[in-house]
Amino acid sequence: MTSNYGWGLPIAASTYAGKIDFGIWMIHIAMILIFVLWGIFFTYLLIKYRKRPGVPAVREDHPETPIEVAASDAVATLPIATMLSQNMDELKSLTPDLVVMAFEIALIVFYAIPSWNAIKISMPDPKDAVVIHVVGEQFGWDIHYPGPDGKFGRRKAELVHFNNPLGLDKTDPDAADDVVVGNELHMPVNKKILIELTSKDVIHDFFVPEFRLKQDALPGTAIPVWIEPNRVGKYELACAQLCGFGHSLMRADVYVDTPEDYEKWLKSRAAATPAPAKPSNPAEDF
Amino acid sequence: MSQESHGHGHHELSFWERYVFSVDHKVIGLQYLITSFLFLLFGFGLMMLMRWQLAFPGQPIPFFGHLFSPELAPNGVMSGEFYNSLGAMHGTIMVFLGVVPLGVGAYGNYLLPLQIGAPDMAFPRMNMMSYWLYLPGGILMLSSFLMPGGAAQSGWTSYPPLSIINPGQTVWLLSMVILITSSLLGSINFLVTSINMRAPGMTLGRLPAFCWAQIVTAVLLLLAFPPLEAASVLQLMDRVFHTSFYMPAGLVILGKTYAGSGGGQPLLWQHLFWFLAHPEVYVLVLPPMGIVSEIIANNTRKPLHGYKTLVGSMVAIGIMSFLVWAHHMFLSGMSPVLGNFFLVTTMIISVPSVAILTCLIFSLKGGSIRYNVPMLFALAFLPLFGIGGLTGLPLGLTVTDIYLHDTYYVIGHFHFVVVTGSIIALMGGVYYWFPKWYGRKMNDTLGLIHFWGSVVSMFGIFFPMLIMGLAGASRRLYDPTAQLHNLIVQPLNVVSTCFAYSLALFQLPFIYNFFHSMWAGEKTEENPWQATTLEWACPSPPPHGNFVKTPRVYRGPYEYTPHGRKADFWPQHEAN
Repeated sequence: MTSNYGWGLPIAASTYAGKIDFGIWMIHIAMILIFVLWGIFFTYLLIKYRKRPGVPAVREDHPETPIEVAASDAVATLPIATMLSQNMDELKSLTPDLVVMAFEIALIVFYAIPSWNAIKISMPDPKDAVVIHVVGEQFGWDIHYPGPDGKFGRRKAELVHFNNPLGLDKTDPDAADDVVVGNELHMPVNKKILIELTSKDVIHDFFVPEFRLKQDALPGTAIPVWIEPNRVGKYELACAQLCGFGHSLMRADVYVDTPEDYEKWLKSRAAATPAPAKPSNPAEDF
Repeated sequence: MSQESHGHGHHELSFWERYVFSVDHKVIGLQYLITSFLFLLFGFGLMMLMRWQLAFPGQPIPFFGHLFSPELAPNGVMSGEFYNSLGAMHGTIMVFLGVVPLGVGAYGNYLLPLQIGAPDMAFPRMNMMSYWLYLPGGILMLSSFLMPGGAAQSGWTSYPPLSIINPGQTVWLLSMVILITSSLLGSINFLVTSINMRAPGMTLGRLPAFCWAQIVTAVLLLLAFPPLEAASVLQLMDRVFHTSFYMPAGLVILGKTYAGSGGGQPLLWQHLFWFLAHPEVYVLVLPPMGIVSEIIANNTRKPLHGYKTLVGSMVAIGIMSFLVWAHHMFLSGMSPVLGNFFLVTTMIISVPSVAILTCLIFSLKGGSIRYNVPMLFALAFLPLFGIGGLTGLPLGLTVTDIYLHDTYYVIGHFHFVVVTGSIIALMGGVYYWFPKWYGRKMNDTLGLIHFWGSVVSMFGIFFPMLIMGLAGASRRLYDPTAQLHNLIVQPLNVVSTCFAYSLALFQLPFIYNFFHSMWAGEKTEENPWQATTLEWACPSPPPHGNFVKTPRVYRGPYEYTPHGRKADFWPQHEAN
C-alpha cells in the first residue's frame, strides 16, 4: 500500500483525480516559469544597478524633451489619452499583472469553475450510484451500508452504544439488513459512489489521497460527496481536520474491489452482523 | 535628551512614568517591540518542541523532556494533548502576540507620528492602555499552560465543536477578548492620528508608503476584529453556559450524548473567524511591505517606482480582503456554489499584491543600490514573499485546493508569506531604524551572520513542507508516521527540524547585537542613511514631543537624486 505514495503526487485512483492533477501540474509549471523569469530579471537588476563610485541613480521622471512636450500637447486634446500618457510609466509596471491576470482568468473560466462544478456541485443520481453513509467520530470512521433493501435504517443519537456505534434503530424495518463497519470502507470499482458524510461529535475530514478527494465531515449536517474509483486496490482514508488528541490515529482502509469481490464481501458482512440488540433506554446506559 | 529644554512647565518624570507607564508613543513603541520579540521567541520555542516530535515521533525530548509534568510528557515523550496545545498556542502567539504587535504596535507606534510630523499619538493615554491590555492579555494566554487541563488545544482557528469540548479554551477566549480590545484601541488611535495630526504640508499624497500601510492596517483591524470579539464571546457562552450557538443537536461525544440544547451551527464560527482572520493576513503583511518600501527607496537612492500604484494597491487589498474569507472554507461543508464566488474574489486580490511586488522590483531599476544589512533583508523579502504568493495560487483555486487543503503545502505557503516575508522585513526594520531608536548603529558583521543564517534556515524549514504537502502529508498530526501516506516523505520532517534548530542558533547574534549595540554600538549622526522622510528630521533618539519645531513639508516622501541638486537626497522638510 505504501507503493501508492512517493515524493510527488500519490497514484491516481479516481475518474477526476486526473483533472485535479492537471491543475496542480499546470499551476506549478506556471509558478516555476514566473519565478525563474522573475528571478533572472531580479538578479540582473541587482548586479547592474549596484552602487558604483561616480554613477548616480537615474530617476524615471527625467525632464521632458521638446518631442515629448509636442507629443503630450497632441494627446492633450483627448482627456483619456492625457490620463494614459501621464500615467504611462505606472501602467507599464502593471504589465506583469496583466499577464498574470489573463492566466488567472483563463484558469477560472476554463478549468476551475467547470471542474469544481463537476466534482463538488453536481452529484450523481442516488438511483444510479452506490450510496454509502460515512460517519466520523473521535477517532475512527463508521461506515453504514443500506443492505439488500437499499434503504438506510434510522439512526438515533441516544441509541449509540459501543456495539451500536451509529445508534441504528433496530425497530426500524429498514435497519434490519443494514451493515455497519468500523474503519473499513469497501466500494466497487468503476461505479459512481455517493457518500453521505457526517460526524457524531466534532469536525473531521474525509481524505483519500489516491482519490484526490477531501471533504470536511460536519456534525449536524449530511454532506454529499461522490467518487468513481477506477483502480482496484487498497487505499488510506485519513482524517485531515484536527479532531482531538487522537487525530493522527484516525484512519481507515479503503478497498476498491471488483464488483464480484464487493458483493462477496457485503454478503459476508451481512451474515456477520449480530442479531438486533434490544433498543436500550439511554437513561439506563449513560 | 533635550527633556529639559522642551519640558519647562512639566514636572520631572519619574522612572515609572518614563519607562513603564509611559504615554510617549516612542516608549510604548519600544515596549511593544521588546515584548513582541519575546513572544515571538517563546512561540518559536514551542515550535521547536513540536518539531522534535514531528521528526522523531515517540522519542523522548532531549534535555527538556523531563522538565514537563508527566501528564504533558510521560517519560519525556510528548503526549497528543500537549502536542495539540503547543500547536494551538504557537499559531495564536505568533499571530496575535508576535507579528501583529510588532508590525503595528511597535513600528506603527514609533514611526507613524514621526513620519507625519506629529508630536505624539492623538490619544497618548489610550495608547498606553492599548499596551497595558496587550501585555496582561498575552501573559494570561501563556499562563494557560499552567492551568489544570493545560492550554487550548484546538488549533489557533479553534473550530467548534472541538474547541467547546476541549480543555484550555476558556482562557484562550478570555485572553483573545482582551487582546482584541487592545488592538481596537490602537487602530482608532492610528486613524485619528494620521487623519488629524499631520504636519502642515503633509498631504495624503506625500505620506510615506509605510504610513499608508499603517492606515490601511488600522482600518482592517478596526472593521475585522469586532466580529471575532463577538464570536469569541459566543464561544465563551457555549463553553460556560452551554448555550449551543455553535453546537448542533444530536452530538454523541466519546459515547455520551452532549448535554447542550443543540440547534447551533459550527460553520457560523468559521465564517466569523475567517472574516477576521483573512484581513488579519494582510495586517501581518502590509506593515512589513511598508518597511520594505522605505528601505528600498532609501537604498536605491531614487523615488519608488509607481508610488500611486503602490498606495492604490494597498487600499485595494484592504477593501478586497473583506471579500475573500471563505477561501479557507471551500471544503468546510458550506455550499460549494459559494466556492465559485470566493474563487473569483481570491484571484482578484492577487492582482494588487502582484502590483506591489512589481513596483518594488521596478524601483531597483536605475538605482544605485547600497547593499547594507537592512537592504539585504528588504531584498530577500521580494523573492521569498514571492514564493509565498505563488504557492497561494493552487490553494486559492477551488479544484486544486481539494487535494492540497489542510496539507503541509498550506503550512509551507503561509510561512513563506509570514516568516520569510513579514518577519524578515520586520527584522530588517530593526537594523534600519535602530539608529533612530538609540542613536547608535548595530554591528554589520553580526547583522550579516544573522541575515544569511536566518534566510537559509527559513528556506530549509519551509521548502520541504511544500514537497510534503504535494505528497499528501496532512498538517496537525501528532504522529505523522501513523498515517501510511506520510511515511515516504517523513525524512523531510527531519530536514525541517534541523533547519528550525539552526534558525534558533542564528538568532543569537541578533539578540546579542541588539542589546550590545544599545549600550556600546557605534554612535551615529542624526540621519545616518541620508533619508528623506520626517522621522530623520528630529534628534536620534527623539525627545518627548519629538520635533523641536513643528516641521513643514514641501515635497513627496522619496525625493532621492533630485534634478539639479548636489546632494542625492532632498528631505521632505527642507524648504530648499
